[in-house]
Amino acid sequence: MPTIEIAGKDIDVNEEGFLTKYDQWDEAIAKVLAEQIGVEMTDEHWKIVNFLRSDFKSAGETATSRRVQVVGGFPIKEQFVLFPKKPAKKMAYIAGLPKPKGCV
Amino acid sequence: MRNLLVLGGGTAGTMVANKLYKKLDRKEWTITIIDKDDEHIYQPGLLLMPFGVYSPEELIKSRRHFIPKGVEFIQSAIEKIVPELNQVFLVGGRAIDYDQLVIATGTTPRADQTPGMSDPKVWKKSVFDFFTFEGSLALRDALANWEGGRLVVHITEMPIKCPVAPLEFAFLADAYFTERKMREKVTISYVTPLEGAFTKPTCSRALGGMLSDRNIILEPDFMLEHIDPEQKIMVSMDEREIPFDLLVTVPLNMGDDLIARSDMGDELNYVPVDKTTFLSKKYSNIFALGDASDIPASKAGSVAHFAVDIFAENFMQHISGQPMTGKFDGHANCFIESGAGKGLLIDFNYETEPLPGMFPIPVVGPFPLLKESRLNHLGKLAFRWIYWNLLLKGRWIPISDQMSMAGKHRAFEEKQNGEKKEVDHYAHH
Ligand SMILES: Cc1cc2nc3c(=O)[nH]c(=O)nc-3n(C[C@H](O)[C@H](O)[C@H](O)COP(=O)(O)OP(=O)(O)OC[C@H]3O[C@@H](n4cnc5c(N)ncnc54)[C@H](O)[C@@H]3O)c2cc1C
Repeated sequence: MPTIEIAGKDIDVNEEGFLTKYDQWDEAIAKVLAEQIGVEMTDEHWKIVNFLRSDFKSAGETATSRRVQVVGGFPIKEQFVLFPKKPAKKMAYIAGLPKPKGCV
Repeated sequence: MRNLLVLGGGTAGTMVANKLYKKLDRKEWTITIIDKDDEHIYQPGLLLMPFGVYSPEELIKSRRHFIPKGVEFIQSAIEKIVPELNQVFLVGGRAIDYDQLVIATGTTPRADQTPGMSDPKVWKKSVFDFFTFEGSLALRDALANWEGGRLVVHITEMPIKCPVAPLEFAFLADAYFTERKMREKVTISYVTPLEGAFTKPTCSRALGGMLSDRNIILEPDFMLEHIDPEQKIMVSMDEREIPFDLLVTVPLNMGDDLIARSDMGDELNYVPVDKTTFLSKKYSNIFALGDASDIPASKAGSVAHFAVDIFAENFMQHISGQPMTGKFDGHANCFIESGAGKGLLIDFNYETEPLPGMFPIPVVGPFPLLKESRLNHLGKLAFRWIYWNLLLKGRWIPISDQMSMAGKHRAFEEKQNGEKKEVDHYAHH
Protein backbone atom coordinates (compact mmCIF):
# COMPACT_ATOMS: atom_id res chain seq x y z
CA MET A 1 0.00 0.00 0.00
CA PRO A 2 1.43 3.40 -0.97
CA THR A 3 2.06 6.23 1.48
CA ILE A 4 1.78 9.85 0.40
CA GLU A 5 2.43 13.16 2.09
CA ILE A 6 -0.55 15.47 2.55
CA ALA A 7 -0.58 18.67 4.61
CA GLY A 8 2.77 17.72 6.10
CA LYS A 9 1.74 14.23 7.24
CA ASP A 10 2.44 10.74 5.94
CA ILE A 11 -0.84 9.15 4.95
CA ASP A 12 -1.66 5.56 3.91
CA VAL A 13 -3.77 5.29 0.80
CA ASN A 14 -4.96 2.49 -1.50
CA GLU A 15 -4.17 2.24 -5.21
CA GLU A 16 -7.04 4.59 -6.02
CA GLY A 17 -5.85 7.20 -3.53
CA PHE A 18 -8.50 6.59 -0.86
CA LEU A 19 -7.26 6.84 2.74
CA THR A 20 -7.01 3.43 4.41
CA LYS A 21 -6.70 4.48 8.07
CA TYR A 22 -9.69 6.23 9.64
CA ASP A 23 -7.63 8.02 12.28
CA GLN A 24 -5.10 9.58 9.92
CA TRP A 25 -7.76 11.97 8.59
CA ASP A 26 -8.18 15.57 9.68
CA GLU A 27 -9.79 18.68 8.23
CA ALA A 28 -6.57 19.99 6.71
CA ILE A 29 -6.18 16.71 4.80
CA ALA A 30 -9.82 16.84 3.71
CA LYS A 31 -9.23 20.29 2.22
CA VAL A 32 -6.30 19.04 0.17
CA LEU A 33 -8.21 15.95 -1.00
CA ALA A 34 -11.16 18.15 -1.98
CA GLU A 35 -8.93 20.50 -3.95
CA GLN A 36 -7.42 17.57 -5.85
CA ILE A 37 -10.84 16.68 -7.22
CA GLY A 38 -11.96 20.25 -7.79
CA VAL A 39 -14.30 20.65 -4.83
CA GLU A 40 -14.24 23.84 -2.78
CA MET A 41 -15.39 23.10 0.76
CA THR A 42 -18.30 25.18 2.15
CA ASP A 43 -20.34 24.69 5.33
CA GLU A 44 -22.73 22.45 3.41
CA HIS A 45 -19.85 20.26 2.24
CA TRP A 46 -18.51 19.96 5.77
CA LYS A 47 -21.91 18.94 7.15
CA ILE A 48 -22.06 16.01 4.76
CA VAL A 49 -18.43 15.01 5.28
CA ASN A 50 -18.91 15.10 9.04
CA PHE A 51 -22.03 12.98 8.74
CA LEU A 52 -20.08 10.41 6.71
CA ARG A 53 -17.31 10.33 9.30
CA SER A 54 -19.63 9.77 12.26
CA ASP A 55 -21.89 7.34 10.40
CA PHE A 56 -18.86 5.25 9.43
CA LYS A 57 -17.84 5.08 13.05
CA SER A 58 -21.18 3.60 14.13
CA ALA A 59 -22.16 1.60 11.02
CA GLY A 60 -18.69 0.32 10.10
CA GLU A 61 -19.24 1.07 6.40
CA THR A 62 -19.22 4.11 4.16
CA ALA A 63 -22.72 5.50 3.66
CA THR A 64 -24.17 5.28 0.15
CA SER A 65 -25.86 8.31 -1.43
CA ARG A 66 -29.21 6.91 -0.35
CA ARG A 67 -28.09 6.51 3.23
CA VAL A 68 -26.74 10.08 3.24
CA GLN A 69 -30.22 11.14 2.10
CA VAL A 70 -32.36 8.91 4.34
CA VAL A 71 -30.27 8.83 7.50
CA GLY A 72 -28.27 12.06 7.14
CA GLY A 73 -31.07 14.16 5.67
CA PHE A 74 -29.11 15.52 2.66
CA PRO A 75 -31.13 14.98 -0.54
CA ILE A 76 -29.30 13.10 -3.31
CA LYS A 77 -29.98 16.00 -5.61
CA GLU A 78 -28.07 18.33 -3.27
CA GLN A 79 -25.21 15.80 -3.12
CA PHE A 80 -24.95 16.04 -6.90
CA VAL A 81 -24.76 19.84 -6.72
CA LEU A 82 -22.07 19.83 -4.04
CA PHE A 83 -20.02 16.90 -5.37
CA PRO A 84 -20.77 16.87 -9.10
CA LYS A 85 -21.04 13.70 -11.24
CA LYS A 86 -19.94 11.06 -8.72
CA PRO A 87 -21.07 12.25 -5.28
CA ALA A 88 -20.85 8.91 -3.45
CA LYS A 89 -17.25 8.39 -4.50
CA LYS A 90 -16.19 12.00 -4.01
CA MET A 91 -17.77 12.34 -0.57
CA ALA A 92 -16.03 9.17 0.61
CA TYR A 93 -12.72 10.35 -0.87
CA ILE A 94 -12.81 13.67 0.95
CA ALA A 95 -14.04 12.07 4.19
CA GLY A 96 -11.05 9.69 4.13
CA LEU A 97 -13.25 6.60 3.95
CA PRO A 98 -13.32 3.54 1.66
CA LYS A 99 -15.40 3.72 -1.53
CA PRO A 100 -18.96 2.83 -0.54
CA LYS A 101 -19.88 -0.80 -1.22
CA GLY A 102 -23.53 -0.97 -2.27
CA CYS A 103 -22.29 -2.05 -5.67
CA VAL A 104 -22.06 -5.84 -5.69
CA MET B 1 -41.31 -27.92 22.21
CA ARG B 2 -39.35 -25.16 20.58
CA ASN B 3 -40.42 -23.43 17.37
CA LEU B 4 -38.26 -22.36 14.46
CA LEU B 5 -40.22 -19.74 12.55
CA VAL B 6 -39.27 -18.92 8.95
CA LEU B 7 -40.66 -15.74 7.38
CA GLY B 8 -40.94 -16.03 3.61
CA GLY B 9 -41.35 -19.22 1.56
CA GLY B 10 -39.19 -18.17 -1.39
CA THR B 11 -35.79 -19.56 -2.40
CA ALA B 12 -34.03 -19.12 0.95
CA GLY B 13 -36.96 -19.83 3.29
CA THR B 14 -37.87 -23.04 1.47
CA MET B 15 -34.29 -24.31 1.53
CA VAL B 16 -34.01 -23.54 5.26
CA ALA B 17 -37.21 -25.48 6.02
CA ASN B 18 -36.00 -28.48 4.03
CA LYS B 19 -32.49 -28.58 5.45
CA LEU B 20 -33.48 -28.10 9.05
CA TYR B 21 -36.43 -30.47 8.88
CA LYS B 22 -33.88 -33.20 8.24
CA LYS B 23 -31.49 -32.06 10.94
CA LEU B 24 -33.62 -30.97 13.89
CA ASP B 25 -34.90 -33.44 16.47
CA ARG B 26 -38.64 -33.63 15.75
CA LYS B 27 -39.47 -34.48 19.35
CA GLU B 28 -37.99 -31.16 20.39
CA TRP B 29 -38.61 -28.79 17.48
CA THR B 30 -41.45 -27.66 15.26
CA ILE B 31 -40.90 -25.64 12.10
CA THR B 32 -43.37 -23.05 10.83
CA ILE B 33 -43.06 -21.15 7.56
CA ILE B 34 -45.18 -18.16 6.54
CA ASP B 35 -45.74 -16.60 3.13
CA LYS B 36 -48.39 -14.25 1.87
CA ASP B 37 -49.30 -16.42 -1.12
CA ASP B 38 -48.94 -19.96 -2.43
CA GLU B 39 -47.17 -19.15 -5.70
CA HIS B 40 -43.47 -19.92 -5.83
CA ILE B 41 -42.05 -18.11 -8.82
CA TYR B 42 -38.87 -19.22 -10.56
CA GLN B 43 -37.47 -15.69 -10.74
CA PRO B 44 -34.55 -16.32 -13.16
CA GLY B 45 -37.23 -17.25 -15.71
CA LEU B 46 -38.64 -13.70 -15.56
CA LEU B 47 -35.64 -12.56 -17.61
CA LEU B 48 -36.44 -14.97 -20.42
CA MET B 49 -40.24 -14.84 -20.44
CA PRO B 50 -40.41 -11.46 -22.25
CA PHE B 51 -38.58 -13.09 -25.17
CA GLY B 52 -40.98 -16.01 -25.31
CA VAL B 53 -38.50 -18.58 -23.97
CA TYR B 54 -40.78 -19.71 -21.15
CA SER B 55 -44.55 -19.77 -20.88
CA PRO B 56 -46.03 -18.32 -17.68
CA GLU B 57 -47.08 -21.77 -16.39
CA GLU B 58 -43.51 -23.02 -16.44
CA LEU B 59 -42.48 -20.43 -13.88
CA ILE B 60 -45.04 -20.89 -11.10
CA LYS B 61 -45.61 -23.80 -8.73
CA SER B 62 -47.38 -24.20 -5.41
CA ARG B 63 -45.08 -23.40 -2.46
CA ARG B 64 -46.55 -26.36 -0.52
CA HIS B 65 -45.08 -28.69 -3.11
CA PHE B 66 -41.55 -27.82 -1.88
CA ILE B 67 -42.22 -27.66 1.85
CA PRO B 68 -41.91 -30.94 3.80
CA LYS B 69 -45.20 -32.37 5.09
CA GLY B 70 -44.11 -32.09 8.72
CA VAL B 71 -43.51 -28.34 8.43
CA GLU B 72 -46.50 -26.09 9.10
CA PHE B 73 -47.19 -23.65 6.24
CA ILE B 74 -49.25 -20.58 7.09
CA GLN B 75 -50.51 -18.54 4.18
CA SER B 76 -50.82 -14.96 5.41
CA ALA B 77 -49.25 -11.55 5.04
CA ILE B 78 -46.96 -10.70 7.96
CA GLU B 79 -47.55 -7.44 9.80
CA LYS B 80 -44.52 -7.19 12.07
CA ILE B 81 -41.90 -8.81 14.26
CA VAL B 82 -41.68 -7.92 17.93
CA PRO B 83 -38.27 -9.26 19.03
CA GLU B 84 -38.80 -8.25 22.65
CA LEU B 85 -41.74 -10.69 22.85
CA ASN B 86 -40.28 -13.32 20.52
CA GLN B 87 -43.47 -13.00 18.51
CA VAL B 88 -44.50 -12.35 14.94
CA PHE B 89 -47.87 -10.76 14.18
CA LEU B 90 -49.82 -11.62 11.07
CA VAL B 91 -52.00 -9.10 9.26
CA GLY B 92 -55.31 -9.49 11.11
CA GLY B 93 -53.66 -9.73 14.52
CA ARG B 94 -52.79 -13.42 15.10
CA ALA B 95 -49.52 -13.81 17.02
CA ILE B 96 -47.03 -16.65 16.44
CA ASP B 97 -44.37 -17.44 19.02
CA TYR B 98 -40.85 -18.40 18.11
CA ASP B 99 -37.69 -19.53 19.82
CA GLN B 100 -35.52 -18.96 16.76
CA LEU B 101 -36.48 -16.75 13.82
CA VAL B 102 -35.24 -16.76 10.22
CA ILE B 103 -36.14 -13.71 8.14
CA ALA B 104 -36.20 -14.64 4.44
CA THR B 105 -38.62 -12.07 3.05
CA GLY B 106 -36.43 -11.12 0.09
CA THR B 107 -36.40 -7.86 -1.80
CA THR B 108 -38.85 -6.39 -4.32
CA PRO B 109 -38.79 -3.70 -7.03
CA ARG B 110 -40.48 -0.47 -5.95
CA ALA B 111 -41.51 1.68 -8.89
CA ASP B 112 -43.44 3.87 -6.41
CA GLN B 113 -40.13 5.21 -5.06
CA THR B 114 -39.22 7.19 -8.21
CA PRO B 115 -41.44 10.13 -9.14
CA GLY B 116 -43.26 9.54 -12.42
CA MET B 117 -42.23 5.90 -12.84
CA SER B 118 -45.53 4.31 -11.89
CA ASP B 119 -47.61 7.08 -13.49
CA PRO B 120 -50.59 5.40 -15.22
CA LYS B 121 -49.78 7.28 -18.43
CA VAL B 122 -46.58 5.27 -18.85
CA TRP B 123 -46.53 2.34 -16.39
CA LYS B 124 -46.92 -0.94 -18.30
CA LYS B 125 -47.54 1.10 -21.44
CA SER B 126 -44.05 2.45 -22.20
CA VAL B 127 -42.31 1.82 -18.85
CA PHE B 128 -41.92 -1.79 -17.76
CA ASP B 129 -40.10 -3.87 -15.18
CA PHE B 130 -39.31 -7.56 -15.55
CA PHE B 131 -38.49 -8.33 -11.91
CA THR B 132 -42.13 -9.16 -11.17
CA PHE B 133 -44.25 -11.82 -12.80
CA GLU B 134 -46.88 -9.33 -13.99
CA GLY B 135 -44.23 -6.95 -15.29
CA SER B 136 -42.40 -9.65 -17.20
CA LEU B 137 -45.61 -10.90 -18.79
CA ALA B 138 -46.77 -7.41 -19.79
CA LEU B 139 -43.36 -6.77 -21.30
CA ARG B 140 -43.57 -9.94 -23.39
CA ASP B 141 -46.72 -8.61 -25.06
CA ALA B 142 -45.29 -5.12 -25.47
CA LEU B 143 -42.13 -6.44 -27.15
CA ALA B 144 -44.11 -8.71 -29.48
CA ASN B 145 -46.12 -5.73 -30.75
CA TRP B 146 -43.40 -3.10 -30.77
CA GLU B 147 -42.48 -1.49 -34.04
CA GLY B 148 -39.14 -0.11 -32.97
CA GLY B 149 -37.69 3.11 -31.62
CA ARG B 150 -35.55 3.96 -28.60
CA LEU B 151 -35.25 1.08 -26.13
CA VAL B 152 -33.64 2.03 -22.84
CA VAL B 153 -32.57 -0.70 -20.40
CA HIS B 154 -32.04 0.83 -16.99
CA ILE B 155 -31.01 0.24 -13.36
CA THR B 156 -32.38 2.77 -10.89
CA GLU B 157 -30.03 2.16 -7.99
CA MET B 158 -27.76 -0.53 -6.57
CA PRO B 159 -28.01 -2.98 -4.93
CA ILE B 160 -30.51 -5.00 -6.97
CA LYS B 161 -31.09 -8.73 -6.95
CA CYS B 162 -29.33 -10.58 -9.74
CA PRO B 163 -27.21 -7.54 -10.70
CA VAL B 164 -26.39 -8.98 -14.15
CA ALA B 165 -30.05 -9.44 -15.17
CA PRO B 166 -30.45 -5.99 -16.80
CA LEU B 167 -27.27 -6.48 -18.83
CA GLU B 168 -28.52 -9.85 -19.96
CA PHE B 169 -31.79 -8.20 -20.89
CA ALA B 170 -29.91 -5.79 -23.16
CA PHE B 171 -27.98 -8.65 -24.82
CA LEU B 172 -31.14 -10.68 -25.29
CA ALA B 173 -33.02 -7.69 -26.70
CA ASP B 174 -30.27 -7.22 -29.28
CA ALA B 175 -30.53 -10.90 -30.27
CA TYR B 176 -34.35 -10.81 -30.26
CA PHE B 177 -34.64 -7.82 -32.58
CA THR B 178 -31.89 -9.18 -34.83
CA GLU B 179 -33.77 -12.46 -35.16
CA ARG B 180 -36.97 -10.60 -35.95
CA LYS B 181 -35.07 -8.68 -38.63
CA MET B 182 -35.80 -5.28 -37.11
CA ARG B 183 -32.58 -4.50 -35.26
CA GLU B 184 -31.94 -1.45 -37.46
CA LYS B 185 -35.27 0.03 -36.31
CA VAL B 186 -34.19 -0.13 -32.68
CA THR B 187 -31.56 1.81 -30.74
CA ILE B 188 -30.62 0.17 -27.45
CA SER B 189 -29.07 2.12 -24.56
CA TYR B 190 -27.90 0.74 -21.26
CA VAL B 191 -28.32 3.35 -18.53
CA THR B 192 -26.74 2.70 -15.13
CA PRO B 193 -25.83 4.60 -11.95
CA LEU B 194 -22.54 2.65 -11.92
CA GLU B 195 -19.30 3.87 -13.49
CA GLY B 196 -19.32 1.05 -16.03
CA ALA B 197 -21.27 -1.95 -17.28
CA PHE B 198 -20.94 -3.94 -14.06
CA THR B 199 -19.96 -3.61 -10.43
CA LYS B 200 -16.75 -5.61 -10.57
CA PRO B 201 -13.96 -3.97 -12.61
CA THR B 202 -12.70 -7.08 -14.48
CA CYS B 203 -16.25 -7.99 -15.38
CA SER B 204 -17.12 -4.46 -16.24
CA ARG B 205 -14.42 -4.42 -18.90
CA ALA B 206 -15.37 -7.74 -20.48
CA LEU B 207 -19.08 -6.98 -20.39
CA GLY B 208 -18.62 -3.38 -21.53
CA GLY B 209 -16.87 -4.74 -24.63
CA MET B 210 -19.82 -7.01 -25.24
CA LEU B 211 -22.14 -3.98 -25.19
CA SER B 212 -20.18 -2.05 -27.80
CA ASP B 213 -19.85 -5.20 -29.96
CA ARG B 214 -23.63 -5.28 -30.07
CA ASN B 215 -24.05 -1.60 -30.77
CA ILE B 216 -25.59 -0.97 -27.37
CA ILE B 217 -24.87 2.52 -26.06
CA LEU B 218 -23.55 2.65 -22.47
CA GLU B 219 -24.69 5.62 -20.32
CA PRO B 220 -22.82 5.34 -16.99
CA ASP B 221 -23.11 7.49 -13.82
CA PHE B 222 -26.79 8.21 -14.46
CA MET B 223 -28.71 8.60 -11.19
CA LEU B 224 -32.41 8.89 -12.03
CA GLU B 225 -34.32 11.69 -10.31
CA HIS B 226 -37.69 11.43 -12.04
CA ILE B 227 -39.48 10.32 -15.17
CA ASP B 228 -41.47 12.86 -17.14
CA PRO B 229 -44.50 10.82 -18.20
CA GLU B 230 -45.76 13.44 -20.68
CA GLN B 231 -42.59 13.71 -22.72
CA LYS B 232 -41.22 10.23 -21.94
CA ILE B 233 -37.90 11.52 -20.69
CA MET B 234 -35.71 10.28 -17.85
CA VAL B 235 -34.13 13.12 -15.87
CA SER B 236 -31.06 12.54 -13.68
CA MET B 237 -30.09 14.15 -10.39
CA ASP B 238 -27.66 16.35 -12.29
CA GLU B 239 -30.29 17.24 -14.88
CA ARG B 240 -29.17 15.11 -17.78
CA GLU B 241 -32.07 13.91 -19.94
CA ILE B 242 -32.59 10.63 -21.79
CA PRO B 243 -35.68 10.25 -23.98
CA PHE B 244 -37.21 6.81 -24.55
CA ASP B 245 -39.98 5.05 -26.43
CA LEU B 246 -39.74 1.87 -24.42
CA LEU B 247 -38.11 1.90 -21.00
CA VAL B 248 -37.26 -1.41 -19.33
CA THR B 249 -36.20 -0.45 -15.84
CA VAL B 250 -35.18 -2.19 -12.67
CA PRO B 251 -36.86 0.00 -10.05
CA LEU B 252 -35.25 0.61 -6.66
CA ASN B 253 -35.09 -2.73 -4.84
CA MET B 254 -36.11 -2.72 -1.18
CA GLY B 255 -36.62 -5.25 1.57
CA ASP B 256 -40.24 -5.73 2.65
CA ASP B 257 -41.94 -2.90 4.56
CA LEU B 258 -42.57 -5.39 7.35
CA ILE B 259 -38.91 -4.87 8.28
CA ALA B 260 -39.46 -1.11 8.55
CA ARG B 261 -42.65 -1.64 10.57
CA SER B 262 -40.61 -3.81 12.95
CA ASP B 263 -37.88 -1.15 13.10
CA MET B 264 -35.27 -3.75 12.21
CA GLY B 265 -33.84 -2.54 8.90
CA ASP B 266 -31.41 -0.11 7.33
CA GLU B 267 -32.40 2.64 4.88
CA LEU B 268 -33.47 0.04 2.30
CA ASN B 269 -35.22 -2.27 4.81
CA TYR B 270 -32.37 -4.79 4.84
CA VAL B 271 -31.63 -6.52 8.14
CA PRO B 272 -28.11 -5.88 9.48
CA VAL B 273 -26.38 -9.23 10.13
CA ASP B 274 -22.90 -10.62 10.59
CA LYS B 275 -21.73 -11.26 7.03
CA THR B 276 -20.19 -14.65 7.78
CA THR B 277 -22.96 -16.20 9.95
CA PHE B 278 -26.14 -14.19 9.10
CA LEU B 279 -26.91 -13.71 12.80
CA SER B 280 -28.68 -10.41 13.50
CA LYS B 281 -26.35 -7.74 14.87
CA LYS B 282 -28.95 -7.00 17.54
CA TYR B 283 -30.78 -10.21 18.46
CA SER B 284 -29.14 -13.53 19.27
CA ASN B 285 -32.09 -15.66 18.12
CA ILE B 286 -32.77 -13.95 14.79
CA PHE B 287 -31.08 -14.65 11.45
CA ALA B 288 -31.66 -13.07 8.05
CA LEU B 289 -30.93 -15.12 4.93
CA GLY B 290 -31.18 -14.50 1.20
CA ASP B 291 -31.98 -11.11 -0.27
CA ALA B 292 -33.45 -9.79 3.01
CA SER B 293 -30.06 -9.34 4.73
CA ASP B 294 -27.57 -6.50 4.33
CA ILE B 295 -24.52 -8.68 3.53
CA PRO B 296 -22.29 -7.10 0.87
CA ALA B 297 -22.71 -10.02 -1.57
CA SER B 298 -24.84 -10.27 -4.70
CA LYS B 299 -28.52 -10.78 -4.01
CA ALA B 300 -28.93 -14.04 -5.89
CA GLY B 301 -30.39 -17.48 -5.54
CA SER B 302 -26.92 -19.01 -5.82
CA VAL B 303 -25.72 -16.90 -2.89
CA ALA B 304 -28.79 -17.93 -0.88
CA HIS B 305 -28.01 -21.56 -1.62
CA PHE B 306 -24.38 -21.35 -0.47
CA ALA B 307 -25.48 -19.33 2.54
CA VAL B 308 -28.15 -21.79 3.65
CA ASP B 309 -25.71 -24.70 3.50
CA ILE B 310 -23.41 -22.95 5.94
CA PHE B 311 -26.27 -21.64 8.05
CA ALA B 312 -27.82 -25.09 8.56
CA GLU B 313 -24.64 -26.50 10.11
CA ASN B 314 -24.09 -23.38 12.19
CA PHE B 315 -27.66 -23.37 13.44
CA MET B 316 -27.24 -26.79 15.06
CA GLN B 317 -24.23 -25.46 16.98
CA HIS B 318 -26.04 -22.24 17.86
CA ILE B 319 -29.04 -23.94 19.47
CA SER B 320 -26.83 -26.18 21.55
CA GLY B 321 -25.00 -23.16 22.89
CA GLN B 322 -21.77 -23.63 20.93
CA PRO B 323 -20.03 -20.98 18.83
CA MET B 324 -20.82 -21.13 15.11
CA THR B 325 -17.77 -22.35 13.21
CA GLY B 326 -18.94 -22.09 9.58
CA LYS B 327 -18.01 -18.85 7.84
CA PHE B 328 -19.61 -17.66 4.62
CA ASP B 329 -17.13 -16.12 2.15
CA GLY B 330 -19.61 -14.28 -0.09
CA HIS B 331 -19.46 -16.92 -2.81
CA ALA B 332 -21.67 -16.11 -5.81
CA ASN B 333 -21.85 -17.59 -9.24
CA CYS B 334 -24.10 -16.92 -12.09
CA PHE B 335 -24.76 -17.76 -15.68
CA ILE B 336 -25.07 -14.70 -17.89
CA GLU B 337 -27.24 -14.94 -20.98
CA SER B 338 -25.56 -13.13 -23.85
CA GLY B 339 -28.17 -13.74 -26.54
CA ALA B 340 -28.38 -15.91 -29.66
CA GLY B 341 -28.23 -19.09 -27.62
CA LYS B 342 -25.00 -18.26 -25.82
CA GLY B 343 -24.05 -17.49 -22.26
CA LEU B 344 -21.12 -16.98 -19.91
CA LEU B 345 -20.48 -17.89 -16.30
CA ILE B 346 -19.00 -15.77 -13.53
CA ASP B 347 -17.90 -16.85 -10.08
CA PHE B 348 -16.66 -14.62 -7.26
CA ASN B 349 -16.75 -13.86 -3.51
CA TYR B 350 -16.20 -11.02 -0.98
CA GLU B 351 -12.49 -10.91 -1.77
CA THR B 352 -11.97 -12.20 -5.30
CA GLU B 353 -13.13 -10.54 -8.48
CA PRO B 354 -14.73 -12.66 -11.17
CA LEU B 355 -11.90 -14.22 -13.17
CA PRO B 356 -11.85 -15.77 -16.58
CA GLY B 357 -11.00 -19.47 -16.81
CA MET B 358 -12.88 -22.74 -16.56
CA PHE B 359 -15.26 -23.46 -13.69
CA PRO B 360 -14.89 -27.07 -12.63
CA ILE B 361 -18.33 -28.54 -11.98
CA PRO B 362 -18.03 -32.29 -11.53
CA VAL B 363 -20.49 -34.26 -13.67
CA VAL B 364 -21.77 -31.39 -15.83
CA GLY B 365 -18.79 -29.07 -16.24
CA PRO B 366 -16.36 -27.59 -16.85
CA PHE B 367 -17.98 -24.33 -17.87
CA PRO B 368 -15.96 -21.53 -19.47
CA LEU B 369 -15.75 -18.56 -17.08
CA LEU B 370 -16.33 -15.00 -18.24
CA LYS B 371 -16.39 -16.07 -21.87
CA GLU B 372 -19.29 -16.74 -24.15
CA SER B 373 -20.18 -20.29 -25.03
CA ARG B 374 -23.23 -22.31 -25.89
CA LEU B 375 -22.61 -24.63 -22.97
CA ASN B 376 -23.15 -21.83 -20.47
CA HIS B 377 -26.49 -21.04 -22.04
CA LEU B 378 -27.54 -24.66 -21.70
CA GLY B 379 -26.36 -24.49 -18.10
CA LYS B 380 -28.80 -21.68 -17.48
CA LEU B 381 -31.69 -23.58 -18.99
CA ALA B 382 -30.80 -26.73 -17.05
CA PHE B 383 -30.81 -24.61 -13.92
CA ARG B 384 -34.62 -24.38 -13.93
CA TRP B 385 -34.81 -28.13 -13.57
CA ILE B 386 -32.12 -28.13 -10.89
CA TYR B 387 -33.96 -25.33 -9.04
CA TRP B 388 -37.33 -27.06 -8.88
CA ASN B 389 -36.05 -30.58 -8.32
CA LEU B 390 -32.90 -30.33 -6.24
CA LEU B 391 -32.11 -26.88 -4.92
CA LEU B 392 -35.34 -25.93 -3.14
CA LYS B 393 -35.59 -29.34 -1.54
CA GLY B 394 -32.14 -28.94 -0.09
CA ARG B 395 -30.61 -31.78 -2.10
CA TRP B 396 -26.97 -31.89 -3.02
CA ILE B 397 -25.95 -29.89 -6.06
CA PRO B 398 -22.48 -30.25 -7.49
CA ILE B 399 -21.11 -26.81 -6.58
CA SER B 400 -19.24 -26.06 -3.33
CA ASP B 401 -20.19 -23.41 -0.75
CA GLN B 402 -16.73 -21.96 -0.61
CA MET B 403 -15.30 -20.44 -3.73
CA SER B 404 -12.47 -22.44 -5.24
CA MET B 405 -9.61 -21.00 -7.26
CA ALA B 406 -9.35 -24.20 -9.30
CA GLY B 407 -9.43 -23.47 -13.01
CA LYS B 408 -9.26 -19.71 -12.64
CA HIS B 409 -6.67 -17.62 -14.37
CA ARG B 410 -4.73 -15.86 -11.65
CA ALA B 411 -2.23 -14.39 -14.08
CA PHE B 412 -5.04 -12.57 -15.80
CA GLU B 413 -6.14 -11.15 -12.48
CA GLU B 414 -2.69 -9.78 -11.80
CA LYS B 415 -2.46 -8.24 -15.22
CA GLN B 416 -5.88 -6.68 -14.82
CA ASN B 417 -4.86 -5.21 -11.48
CA GLY B 418 -1.83 -3.70 -13.10
CA GLU B 419 -4.08 -2.03 -15.63
CA LYS B 420 -6.49 -0.94 -12.97
CA LYS B 421 -3.82 1.23 -11.40
CA GLU B 422 -3.58 3.36 -14.48
CA VAL B 423 -7.26 3.50 -15.27
CA ASP B 424 -8.69 4.22 -11.85
CA HIS B 425 -5.99 6.21 -10.14
CA TYR B 426 -8.48 8.54 -8.64
CA ALA B 427 -6.27 10.94 -6.74
CA HIS B 428 -4.84 12.24 -9.99
CA HIS B 429 -8.15 13.39 -11.44
C1 LIG C 1 -35.32 -11.41 -13.31
C2 LIG C 1 -34.52 -12.14 -12.27
C3 LIG C 1 -33.52 -13.02 -12.66
C4 LIG C 1 -32.76 -13.70 -11.73
N1 LIG C 1 -31.79 -14.57 -12.15
C5 LIG C 1 -31.04 -15.22 -11.24
C6 LIG C 1 -30.02 -16.13 -11.66
O1 LIG C 1 -29.81 -16.36 -12.85
N2 LIG C 1 -29.28 -16.76 -10.70
C7 LIG C 1 -29.49 -16.53 -9.38
O2 LIG C 1 -28.80 -17.12 -8.55
N3 LIG C 1 -30.45 -15.69 -8.93
C8 LIG C 1 -31.23 -15.02 -9.84
N4 LIG C 1 -32.22 -14.16 -9.40
C9 LIG C 1 -32.32 -13.83 -7.97
C10 LIG C 1 -33.06 -14.86 -7.13
O3 LIG C 1 -34.31 -15.16 -7.68
C11 LIG C 1 -33.25 -14.29 -5.73
O4 LIG C 1 -32.02 -13.80 -5.25
C12 LIG C 1 -33.76 -15.34 -4.75
O5 LIG C 1 -35.03 -15.77 -5.15
C13 LIG C 1 -33.78 -14.78 -3.33
O6 LIG C 1 -34.42 -15.66 -2.46
P1 LIG C 1 -35.10 -15.12 -1.14
O7 LIG C 1 -35.65 -16.31 -0.47
O8 LIG C 1 -34.19 -14.24 -0.40
O9 LIG C 1 -36.31 -14.18 -1.66
P2 LIG C 1 -37.61 -14.62 -2.46
O10 LIG C 1 -37.40 -15.90 -3.17
O11 LIG C 1 -38.01 -13.44 -3.26
O12 LIG C 1 -38.69 -14.91 -1.33
C14 LIG C 1 -39.20 -13.94 -0.43
C15 LIG C 1 -40.57 -14.41 0.01
O13 LIG C 1 -41.03 -13.64 1.13
C16 LIG C 1 -42.41 -13.42 1.00
N5 LIG C 1 -42.76 -12.21 1.77
C17 LIG C 1 -42.12 -11.01 1.76
N6 LIG C 1 -42.72 -10.15 2.57
C18 LIG C 1 -43.75 -10.80 3.15
C19 LIG C 1 -44.75 -10.41 4.10
N7 LIG C 1 -44.79 -9.18 4.64
N8 LIG C 1 -45.68 -11.33 4.46
C20 LIG C 1 -45.65 -12.61 3.93
N9 LIG C 1 -44.73 -13.02 3.04
C21 LIG C 1 -43.79 -12.12 2.65
C22 LIG C 1 -42.63 -13.25 -0.50
O14 LIG C 1 -43.97 -13.54 -0.86
C23 LIG C 1 -41.61 -14.24 -1.08
O15 LIG C 1 -42.20 -15.49 -1.35
C24 LIG C 1 -33.02 -13.48 -10.33
C25 LIG C 1 -34.04 -12.62 -9.94
C26 LIG C 1 -34.80 -11.95 -10.88
C27 LIG C 1 -35.88 -11.01 -10.43
